[in-house]
Amino acid sequence: MTGAASDQSVLLDLKAVSQTFHSKRGALPAVRDVSLSVGRGEVLCLVGESGCGKTTTARMAAGLAKPVAGSVEFEGADIWQLGKRERVAYRKAVQFIHQDPYASLNPIRTVYATLAAPLRKHGLAGSRKDAWEQAAALLARVEMTPAANFLNKYPHQLSGGQRQRVAVARALALGPRLIVADEATSMLDVSIRVGVLRMLSKLRQELDVGFVFITHDLAIARHFGTGGRIAVMYLGRVVEHGRTEDVIGDPQHPYTKALLSAVPDLAPGPRRDPGLRGVDIPDLAALPSGCTFHPRCPLYVPGTCDAVEPELLEAAGREVACHVVAGQADAAPADDTREKTGGGV
Amino acid sequence: MPVLSVRDLRIGYRSGGRLVEAVRGVDFDLYPNEALALVGESGSGKSTLGLGLLRLLPRTGQITGGEVRYRAPGGDQVEATDYDVLSLEGTRLRRFRWSEAAMVFQGAMNAFNPVLRIGEQFADTMRAHAPEGRLGREDIRERAGDCLRSVRLEPGQVLGSYPHELSGGMRQRALIALAMVLEPRVLILDEPTTALDLLTQRAIVDMLQELRAERGFAMIFISHDLALASELADRVATMYAGRIIESGTADDLFREPRHPYTAGLIGAVPTVHGGALEPVSIPGAPPDLARLPAGCSFASRCSYAVDECRTTDPGLLMVTDRPAGETSHEAACLRWEAVRMPAMALQDEEAGK
Ligand SMILES: Nc1ncnc2c1ncn2[C@@H]1O[C@H](COP(=O)(O)OP(=O)(O)OP(=O)(O)O)[C@@H](O)[C@H]1O
Ligand SMILES: Nc1ncnc2c1ncn2[C@@H]1O[C@H](COP(=O)(O)OP(=O)(O)OP(=O)(O)O)[C@@H](O)[C@H]1O
Ligand code: SF4
Ligand SMILES: [Mg+2]
Ligand SMILES: [Mg+2]
Repeated sequence: MTGAASDQSVLLDLKAVSQTFHSKRGALPAVRDVSLSVGRGEVLCLVGESGCGKTTTARMAAGLAKPVAGSVEFEGADIWQLGKRERVAYRKAVQFIHQDPYASLNPIRTVYATLAAPLRKHGLAGSRKDAWEQAAALLARVEMTPAANFLNKYPHQLSGGQRQRVAVARALALGPRLIVADEATSMLDVSIRVGVLRMLSKLRQELDVGFVFITHDLAIARHFGTGGRIAVMYLGRVVEHGRTEDVIGDPQHPYTKALLSAVPDLAPGPRRDPGLRGVDIPDLAALPSGCTFHPRCPLYVPGTCDAVEPELLEAAGREVACHVVAGQADAAPADDTREKTGGGV
Repeated sequence: MPVLSVRDLRIGYRSGGRLVEAVRGVDFDLYPNEALALVGESGSGKSTLGLGLLRLLPRTGQITGGEVRYRAPGGDQVEATDYDVLSLEGTRLRRFRWSEAAMVFQGAMNAFNPVLRIGEQFADTMRAHAPEGRLGREDIRERAGDCLRSVRLEPGQVLGSYPHELSGGMRQRALIALAMVLEPRVLILDEPTTALDLLTQRAIVDMLQELRAERGFAMIFISHDLALASELADRVATMYAGRIIESGTADDLFREPRHPYTAGLIGAVPTVHGGALEPVSIPGAPPDLARLPAGCSFASRCSYAVDECRTTDPGLLMVTDRPAGETSHEAACLRWEAVRMPAMALQDEEAGK
């Protein structure tokens, strides 16, 4: 495993977790057999196309949803077997930043009330004055100053990026040891985003806070996730997982290559072609046979890829789920050029 | 002729007995078939401007001045249109909103009614706004299906789902599709792709470009994603503290920004390719809208600022020889001639040593 160094340093351990939803159309296997871990002070980035199961995985990691199979351990203990006291401690140690700041802030609470509630609940603020000051300090950390302009506002009086920053500030209130952040900076302009990410990086370096960090922005994954690991998900499974530098600098899975080749550039010029055979993401209720990526994959080998689901295996210093990468099938020759456009960015 | 001409638009919010202006005198023209990207600082008034244009502000919001002229050419059967949106009321305002202009809100993920299936919401919207009257079930399914497919969603999967059964990005896309079924002439998209991965973003951008070419609608695209804005937009405008502080073609703005804030913003973009520069944030905080300083509102954070900046409000200045209109480049900076991209400034410094 490319996991964290020693067991003591592991904060969060997802052990073969799966999540299935049930709908009119049948069972939807949103996450299948995902094993990932996060160490103290470590960043695990989750990336992948819309609907691939990032939020579902993050919710299990943060204890907000129980996996239908597998287990979630925090500091060595199964989070679904905790006693009452331990559960309170766990709730304080792990914070989740919701993908949608329009849905996650209580509309009838002011910014002050939103930030003070967790402080009060855990006995971290004595007087109202103390709570006010702590709330103001939290806002300053997410670059919302002067704080007095915001503390009395309700969410609907804030811009999208301001709501998002309140959600981040709330997650910091209790001094968490693990932050699960679901697209937590997507509504911030780049300048503020860089500032907020720098502040979070400091938490990581100085206080050993661990992160599960979901982002669609691979440049952010690269910068914030430096020294950490990245997991690329496709249709509920991890298809590539390794050191961030390795995966982004030298992607192996054809899907990772496609994702990277789609990164737009401020420099004008012809766009790179992601080289996929199809753009449509298959329906979870009717997953393709074999490798679920095969209908879109430029390296697709008939007879193998559509017959057997590839396992996540060690390759080039990381884990990859692909028959061709594993050398168990040879890619069609015409795909050489595509490989080049995808990789080496 | 522009389809929308906005002049000195001012919008404020009442709070605690005071009216604080969040949009402080915005001018721009939007031409048919044009894509205008609105970028800028979080809290600078982009959403407020978008909502104001469609008269969709919350009750505490108020347009305090200006003009929003909407023009549509006449046809065989149709009379030419030319009116000030700010003077519309009742049915005429409703008609403007639905058949002339549509908006996908920021936070759209949360905009669907949680207890109705997506399909029912498509049907409701289409029935309420279909200009030609009644629509059959089949028509609705077909048109909704086309729009959903163009944002990479499977109609069979989505139409029967409740909003919470879709991922964040799926809801975002479903809402874009919902705005498209109305076939507006002006489409405002407020952060429509924030939560979307790049392959999906690209598919949506392609879809928007195709539809734009096909139907010739104009688009205002509010986004924090500068790369996406540069790819999609013909023109880009940067907002800061309630004003447009720079506007020009996408090429102008991204290659030769003439306002220090725009230049700083571009310099802050991290790259995946590992360019030499570490992204840097712009130091300092935006001004308090209730207590704006005299002179340029960026002066306290600006490394180019001179004494005059703190007393004189620069206003938008023409920074090219090109004539005013679709290709002009304007910046609200007294020292625009000195402004360099951060990377270039660094090189200049080194060369000077
Ligand atoms: N209903 C409201 N009442 C009072 N103030 C408001 C209200 N809505 C927005 N504001 C304030 O107006 C300013 C502009 O907000 P707006 O939502 O237009 O910003 P924005 O540019 O869209 O930012 P973002 O990129 O973060 O979404 C902000 O300072 C915000 O706090
Ligand atoms: N409560 C639910 N009921 C039924 N299906 C669900 C539910 N929640 C999620 N799903 C489905 O599970 C899949 C994964 O959803 P998830 O929210 O984890 O995706 P995601 O990777 O976070 O996507 P995005 O980038 O769009 O946010 C999607 O197909 C979604 O439709
Ligand atoms: S006018 Fe002066 S302070 Fe304002 S941006 Fe230009 S140089 Fe900076
Ligand atoms: Mg999600
Ligand atoms: Mg906004």
